Amino acid sequence: MDIGKDLVAASATPLVLAIVAEADTYGYAILKRVGELSGGRLQWTDGMLYPVLHRLERQGHIEGYWGSSDTGRRRKYYRITERGLAELKEQRAQWQAVDAALRSIWHAASLPGGWAPLGSLSPG
Amino acid sequence: MTTVDAANPLEAQIDQWRSYLGRRRAIHPTDVEELEDHLRGQIATLMEGGLSQDEAFLVAVKRLGAQDVIAAEFAREHSERLWKQLIVAPEAADAAGGEGRREMLVVFALAAAAGLTFKLPALFGLGMTGANEGFYARNISLFVLPLLAGYFVWKRAAGADSWRWLAVAFAAAAIVANVFPFAKGSDTEALLALHLPIALWLVVGVAYVGGRWRDGAARMNFVRFSGEFFIYFVLIALGGAVLVAFTMGMFEAIGIDAEPVLEGWLPSAALGAVIVASWLVEAKQSVIENMAPVLTRLFSPLFTATLFVFLATMAWTGRGIDIQREVLIGFDLLLVLVLGLLLYSISARDPHTPRGAFDFVLVALVVSALVADGVALAAIAARITEYGSTPNRLAALGMNIVLLGNLAWSAWLYLRFLRGRGAFAAVERWQTAYLPVYGAWAAIVAVGFPLLFGYR
Repeated sequence: MDIGKDLVAASATPLVLAIVAEADTYGYAILKRVGELSGGRLQWTDGMLYPVLHRLERQGHIEGYWGSSDTGRRRKYYRITERGLAELKEQRAQWQAVDAALRSIWHAASLPGGWAPLGSLSPG
Repeated sequence: MTTVDAANPLEAQIDQWRSYLGRRRAIHPTDVEELEDHLRGQIATLMEGGLSQDEAFLVAVKRLGAQDVIAAEFAREHSERLWKQLIVAPEAADAAGGEGRREMLVVFALAAAAGLTFKLPALFGLGMTGANEGFYARNISLFVLPLLAGYFVWKRAAGADSWRWLAVAFAAAAIVANVFPFAKGSDTEALLALHLPIALWLVVGVAYVGGRWRDGAARMNFVRFSGEFFIYFVLIALGGAVLVAFTMGMFEAIGIDAEPVLEGWLPSAALGAVIVASWLVEAKQSVIENMAPVLTRLFSPLFTATLFVFLATMAWTGRGIDIQREVLIGFDLLLVLVLGLLLYSISARDPHTPRGAFDFVLVALVVSALVADGVALAAIAARITEYGSTPNRLAALGMNIVLLGNLAWSAWLYLRFLRGRGAFAAVERWQTAYLPVYGAWAAIVAVGFPLLFGYR
């Protein structure tokens, strides 16, 4: 199952903020963490992460600083800011609202086996 | 680095990838570094998973996404980066290891020196009053152009030889400008004030090309520099005018007349601006689209159309040119303008591109200017033979002939090129070869005319 582009883009901000909020981290580690969390179903084009990070940095939600990796290379780390935490809280509330709404409709429609009725529309 | 690259193909591949990515304007070197760190992380993970170096590199690059797409995404986030800034970028200064900052200091020191030098004569009793008008008019270029030449000598790290020759040229100019016993307000004095800067500008050109003054390409660079310099200078002057207007207005509001002070410092500011404008052209030559060729493209067709309509009207109505005092100078300016349009079109043209519509426009422009000038010249020649020559008339006539000679031969060479009989490079060579002629004529008028006409 591939998750649609729009959904990937929309979920990028809360995901990145939450991961940076866990601990200071850097680009590649964020991407690996996303892979772990989604069980590999959330596929980002790696390069797209960085414009997102830079946007969050410009908005003041995260802060970048240069450190070094285990091998001694320069590496850019990110840490969350106060504003970032507030934003994360806000995002979380929004996503929970969306999630709750979706849950209700899944439940009310009580579609057996997820999408089975759709399948039954096309016989054969 | 190359030894490392040879030993490690992965490093070479990463280097190559980095240099490709670095060419994108929206992606800054620090971003490249960040992405490289990512790439290396990905490669390491993939290799732990059992891929070979080559495979890991290919997969990692692929996962990072197409460079076009990444660059577009960066451009969306950092749209300001697509607009190159006029201020020297800090990272450029950093990259040069403080070289850029040092140059900036040198430039501002030179600009300040030019402005202050202008104030020196006043300390020796030569204040900026009407009585000393002649002195300042004759020497104005000598306050700044030696410093500008010095800047280029410093920048190009030219040898002691060029120092010496430039010093001799400027010293000679200073002597000529100040020992000739001009009558007050004489014509030849005004001619010297006009022509000495032209001659000295070409001396600056020698410094600009850093000793390669025999080289046509280097001379063409100086032509480009001159055009861009002019544009930057005009822009700075416009900014300065706004500043002056505001200063005067604001001080007027509190009942203080700032004009005398401003007037005293305005020439100093203009002289400093000469240095700063030159530096900006130097610093920006690779960053900003050159403006002179763009303006040329816009205005060449318009001037051509105007000249054609003018000639057609003249032929149709049978009106001759009314010979006034200013007509000759007017036509000189027309030729200068046409020459400028031609020169900057040539400077921006790739000699290897085949002829196109714009080439025909240029030839039409030059030919129509020649015809118009020919008509005017015939009328003026008659007048000079009738009334005798004055320094002004002779200077204007000589300049007209100098320009006419250039344009006539340019038109001929250009036509040959259009008919496929000659290379475009010949037009370019002719223009660069002709540059010293302007300097020589300016020097003759500045130095020869006062002697010839007895300083009248």
